[in-house]
Amino acid sequence: MNWQWLHRLGSPRWFYEKTNAWLPWLMVCAWGLLLVGGIWGLGFAPEDAKQRNSYRILYIHAPVAFISMSCYYIMAISGAVGLIWKMKLPFMVMKAAAPIGLGLTIVVLATGSIWGKPTWGTWWEWDARLTSYLILSFLYLGVIALQQAFQNRDTADKASAILALVGTVNIPIIYKSVDWWYTLHQPATLKIVGKSTIDPSMLYPLFVMIVGFYVFFTLVLILHTRTEILRRESRSQWVKDLVLGKSNTKGEGAES
Amino acid sequence: MANLSSFASSLFWATFKRDLILAFRHKGDMVNPLVFFLIAITMIPLALGPEKAVLMRIAPGIIWVMALLATLLSLDSLFRSDFDDGSLEQLLIAPYPLALSVFAKILVHWLATGLPLTLMAPLLGVMLSLPANAFAALCYSLLLGTAAMSLIGAVGAALTVSLRKGGVLISLIVMPLYIPILIFGASAVQTAALGEAYNMQLAVLGAGLAIALLLAPLAAAGALRVSVNA
Repeated sequence: MNWQWLHRLGSPRWFYEKTNAWLPWLMVCAWGLLLVGGIWGLGFAPEDAKQRNSYRILYIHAPVAFISMSCYYIMAISGAVGLIWKMKLPFMVMKAAAPIGLGLTIVVLATGSIWGKPTWGTWWEWDARLTSYLILSFLYLGVIALQQAFQNRDTADKASAILALVGTVNIPIIYKSVDWWYTLHQPATLKIVGKSTIDPSMLYPLFVMIVGFYVFFTLVLILHTRTEILRRESRSQWVKDLVLGKSNTKGEGAES
Repeated sequence: MANLSSFASSLFWATFKRDLILAFRHKGDMVNPLVFFLIAITMIPLALGPEKAVLMRIAPGIIWVMALLATLLSLDSLFRSDFDDGSLEQLLIAPYPLALSVFAKILVHWLATGLPLTLMAPLLGVMLSLPANAFAALCYSLLLGTAAMSLIGAVGAALTVSLRKGGVLISLIVMPLYIPILIFGASAVQTAALGEAYNMQLAVLGAGLAIALLLAPLAAAGALRVSVNA
């Protein structure tokens, strides 16, 4: 089998140069979708019968919640790829994904508690889903802390990859146990709009927002990975050429 | 093949015996988590007041949380002294499966901290006026739970063994992984205190222990290979 493509994909330089062309497209798609979905969801989707306008925070809360979960898996899978095939690039993706994921879980928790104030009457409710995301943010914090604790970059990469993988095994267990804990302590009286009960006119803008946020996440992940590439490869000739030779504003912007 | 397996078992028992002797010679490492457990539990009535009704209500959760913290405190010493005197590197370059000797170390760690914590818990239960029908559940759940916590914690200890300030970092990366054990362990005791059956919680704890037995020694061995060769 021909593995050449995989190794070319693993080359930081190839990735950096290839993504140059992707960035404008991703940027246009992300902002376009987010603007259309945002205006549609916040301005034109019908008002909820019970929650009035407060439900509209769903259009930010739900997509970010999806992505913050898949971001953990992207981080863990790229860590595993780096460990197995001993490539440089996946570790850079992993390192870039951790702070993004932490930021996303913070957004989920913030929007969740803002949504909780008008619907449940409190800023914080020990709801199973909110608690799960709080724990997810702890897992991200652990990976970031471990990454920063090591002086040696190789060791830091491999150690945090192992931790991310251990976390992956644990995530389903943690989620199930938190669910069980919640149903044991509080009968499910508080319910957010269920999937099946949502009206199509509210659902379409949500879809647009979900796709938009995914494109946006891809864009941010690529930008962070590019920064990491420049930082780690700063001694290599092609980065020196890039920074000193031609005035490539994008390269300099990503480096700062 | 028979030769290899006998080698492996002798390696396991040699590591086990050596670590057990070391644990008994360093009694401080063994006793300190227990003293922490006792003092931390004493803080609770001092902070909340001595009303029996309140203490009875919170005793299962408090005892479980404190046992978890005591285990966390003891984790740092799991590989630390072996790393400092270089014997850990000898184990790493030995031509035997590392996971096996790591498992022996974890077993000793549990015998030296988890088991004493479990045996001491009923005493603290009396101090917090735990209902009489919850004592058996407390012991069973801690017996299973501390073993699982030693196994999972070993991964964290292995990842941070080469770091100077590993102590706080271990707590940070291991605590989220302990959450399922805490939920089911504390719930077993709480359910027993209400006089209901707690078999389900014990079964889940046992299942968790089985998964941890299978995966944690392998993960800890992999983590040691990464962090020691730095």
